[in-house]
Amino acid sequence: MDILTAIGNEQLRERPRFGPGDTVRVHAIISEGGKERIQVFEGAVIARQGAGVSETFTVRRVSSGVGVERTFPLHSPRVDRIEVTRRGRVRRAKLRYLRGLSGKAARIRERRRDA
Amino acid sequence: MAGTAVVRRGILGRKLGMTRVFDERGRQVAVTAVQAGPCVVVQHRTSERDGYEAVQVGFGTRKPSRVNRPMQGHYRKVNVAPRQVLREFAWDGDVPPLGSDVSVDLFEAGQRVDVIGKSKGKGFAGVIKRHHARRGPMSHGSKYHRRVGSLNSGTTPSRVFKNRQMPGRLGGRRATVSDVEIVRVDRERQVLLLRGGVPGVPGSVVAIRTAAKALRAAARA
Repeated sequence: MDILTAIGNEQLRERPRFGPGDTVRVHAIISEGGKERIQVFEGAVIARQGAGVSETFTVRRVSSGVGVERTFPLHSPRVDRIEVTRRGRVRRAKLRYLRGLSGKAARIRERRRDA
Repeated sequence: MAGTAVVRRGILGRKLGMTRVFDERGRQVAVTAVQAGPCVVVQHRTSERDGYEAVQVGFGTRKPSRVNRPMQGHYRKVNVAPRQVLREFAWDGDVPPLGSDVSVDLFEAGQRVDVIGKSKGKGFAGVIKRHHARRGPMSHGSKYHRRVGSLNSGTTPSRVFKNRQMPGRLGGRRATVSDVEIVRVDRERQVLLLRGGVPGVPGSVVAIRTAAKALRAAARA
C-alpha cells in the first residue's frame, strides 16, 4: 500500500454500512461557547462522495418546511456515531432529484430484503 | 514551538501527494505528504574554504554509471552512494558529520518551513491564466474573449514598456511556498505532513527548510 493511503487509512473509523436512500441518525459533536454537545441530525442519505479518509456523505431532511442538507466527512471524529434507521430502495447513487420533490413524492420506498 | 529556538535546518524530500488529516479538534486539514529523507551529508561548506557556511545534503539514488568522474570522486570522498539531488542548506548549531543521515527528526509538528520545488508546467499560457487578466464577454457578438488587451497607449510613447504582461511559458520553474506549517511528523515512515499545497507534481523533489519568516521573527524577539 502506498504511504498516502496508509496515512489516510490510519484515521478511518468504524462506520456502519449505509448508502443512498437509507435514513440515518448522525450524532454530530457540536462545540458552541467552549462547550461540546451532541446534536442528532436525522434524514435521508442522498449522496456519498470520495474515498478513504476523504469520503463524505450528504444527509437531507425537511425541517419545518425547509429542506436542510448537511455533508459530513464519513470518518470525522466530530461524527460520534451513525445509526441506520431505515434502508431505502433507490435506483441511483445520487438522489439530488429529491430537492425538486416534496411531500408524498419525496418518499423513498423501503427495501424489503437486505441485498 | 514555544521554547525551542528557531534554527536553520533543511532536508530534501519527495512529494507524495495530498490527503487530509483530522486535527485534535476534529477539523479537517488538507496536507501534502512529503517523504523527507533519508538524506545524507555529502559536504560541508566552510567560511575558510568557501566563504560561507552550509551543509550539502544528498537525496535519492542515482545509478553509478550515470555519474561523471568528478562527481564520483565527490561521493567517494565521503563514502556514500551517488544521489539524485544535492543541495545546500544553511545550518545553525552543530553541523552533522559527513556521511551521516539527515532525517525528519530535525523537525517537529507546529514548526514553520519554506518549501521549494519545481512547479507544474502549464506550457504556453495565455494572459488570463498566466497573469490573472480578465476576459472579455463570451457572448453578445463580442468576439473578444481571452485575448491580450491593449499593450500601451499610442503615439506617445510609441513603444511598449518593459515588463508588459504577455502570454508565454507558465510554471515548470522553481517555486517557493513560504511559512508552511508542519502538521505532523511521521518518524516511522519518514514523512512530513505539510499544511496545504506544495509546488510540483507528485514524485518531484522538494527542499524543506526553516521558514525565513520564522527566522526573522526570532531575530526581532
